[in-house]
Amino acid sequence: MKQGIFEITENSALTENVLKMTLSGDVSEIKKSGQFINISIEGLFLRRPISVYDKTDKTVTVIYKVVGEGTERMSKMKPGDKLDVLTGLGNGFDTSLSGDKPVVIGGGVGVPPMYLLAKELKSEGKQVTAILGFNRESEIFAREEFEKICDKVIITTVDGSCGVKGFVTDALGFDYTYTYCCGPEAMLKAVYNKTVTSGQYSFEERMGCGFGACMGCSCKTKYGNKRICKDGPVLVKEEIIW
Amino acid sequence: MFETDLKVNLCGTELTNPVIPASGTFGFGYEMSEIYDINILGSIALKGTTKEARFGNPTPRIAECREGMINSVGLQNPGVHEVINEELPKLKKVFSKKAVANISGFSVDEYVYCSRLFDKEDSIGWLEINISCPNVHDGGMSFGVSESSAAEVTKAVKSVTSKPVFVKLSPNVTDIASIARACEQSGADGISLINTLMGMRIDIKTGKPVIANKMGGFSGRAIKPVAVRMVYQVYEAVKIPIIGMGGVATAEDVIEMMMAGATAVQVGAENLVNPYACKQIIEDLPKVMKKYGITKLSDIIGRAH
Repeated sequence: MKQGIFEITENSALTENVLKMTLSGDVSEIKKSGQFINISIEGLFLRRPISVYDKTDKTVTVIYKVVGEGTERMSKMKPGDKLDVLTGLGNGFDTSLSGDKPVVIGGGVGVPPMYLLAKELKSEGKQVTAILGFNRESEIFAREEFEKICDKVIITTVDGSCGVKGFVTDALGFDYTYTYCCGPEAMLKAVYNKTVTSGQYSFEERMGCGFGACMGCSCKTKYGNKRICKDGPVLVKEEIIW
Repeated sequence: MFETDLKVNLCGTELTNPVIPASGTFGFGYEMSEIYDINILGSIALKGTTKEARFGNPTPRIAECREGMINSVGLQNPGVHEVINEELPKLKKVFSKKAVANISGFSVDEYVYCSRLFDKEDSIGWLEINISCPNVHDGGMSFGVSESSAAEVTKAVKSVTSKPVFVKLSPNVTDIASIARACEQSGADGISLINTLMGMRIDIKTGKPVIANKMGGFSGRAIKPVAVRMVYQVYEAVKIPIIGMGGVATAEDVIEMMMAGATAVQVGAENLVNPYACKQIIEDLPKVMKKYGITKLSDIIGRAH
């Protein structure tokens, strides 16, 4: 964990209520995909934890949906604004277990962390298929970015306005060696039940601190009690208790 | 050169400064040594410990408020045996000072059980008895809301330990001074206050409480005036030392709490939004003392009276 002051270099809308924010600062603590950053917002007490979409040597990018007061305020911020950010939080994905043909599955705002993960898997020479689930065509984001790096990208929409009609699990009719998944809990559970391989699932919970001090986001697993923020957010399939 | 003296004496043990992270906001301490040397702290109040391991309450356990938060963690902890066998050794490796053991229970016997075990630990300097827990033998009413049950726990714990006992009071009472007096008369060596204020938030989109357990403990900067008032009242009521807490976020807050009557000061919710809060407060204290012409911090204890 590291605290730093970051400067916003980009904060632009991708869809009606999803934005992409790039922050420039010390990103040395961000070691893995699947980790998150925790952003302090002037006037609000708790920080806002948001998963990492992408990073470079000097920047970190997040994609977030406006769902409440915190993200509403973030959406009004401008390039040049400064933010107090904790980086390097959470365990992140372990790419060593993926086999040679992993599938990465993201649903809605669960899509962003799969991007840096897909990049890591590709850099290790793996054949990566991405399934990205949205409600409707107008809500799709980051599709081209995934298409640039993945071997195959399948879009699913609940209303059928783009790609496969239905849920991400309706697109699973192919061979894969391992599953990575992030999205709403109902989706995680559906993927857990439908997939035949082992996998890693990134969970969400309302957090106090984001770094393991308050026990606000605990969950039970087959390997004992875990804190989503510190021991997670990524859990392996074998330990999950629904 | 303007010399400042930050030392305070807490029941015979000198603290290099009065700043202590509050129970439940700093884990078992060693986790935080990843980000700075925790030996700069006056002491550390450990995560609340019960006889048996507890998972705590269902999630969501956290709700945000203006200038504060509500938590309903429900005393999640691995149980006193694992705390002593697993957590304390890890703390000892990175922290050379004495820590505050924070003990919770659902019956007098449970408080006694844990106190007896912590009494044997050299790395523990003080016991802090959290009496905000419900008493299962008294219809679930909190030990902290009546003079007689607060006194009963205090007496029972005092009879099994030679370490100084601080009773941590709940602010959710009509007369905090009478509870503090009852603890003092039962042999308490000090009083810690305030614990969290009962609070609640409702999500107006769903019309339902934000927290799974519906209600929880409200803490953070917003509660500081309540805490200062109660520390002030308890200082008038008892002669034993007070550890003051509630909404402390800055060096100025520490000074205010000491002027109200606190000998040492705990920092709670602020640690969760700023993991460096205690370090920054300790580093700021000499500057702020200089600004207000304070050379010896212990001189200001109770100055407001």
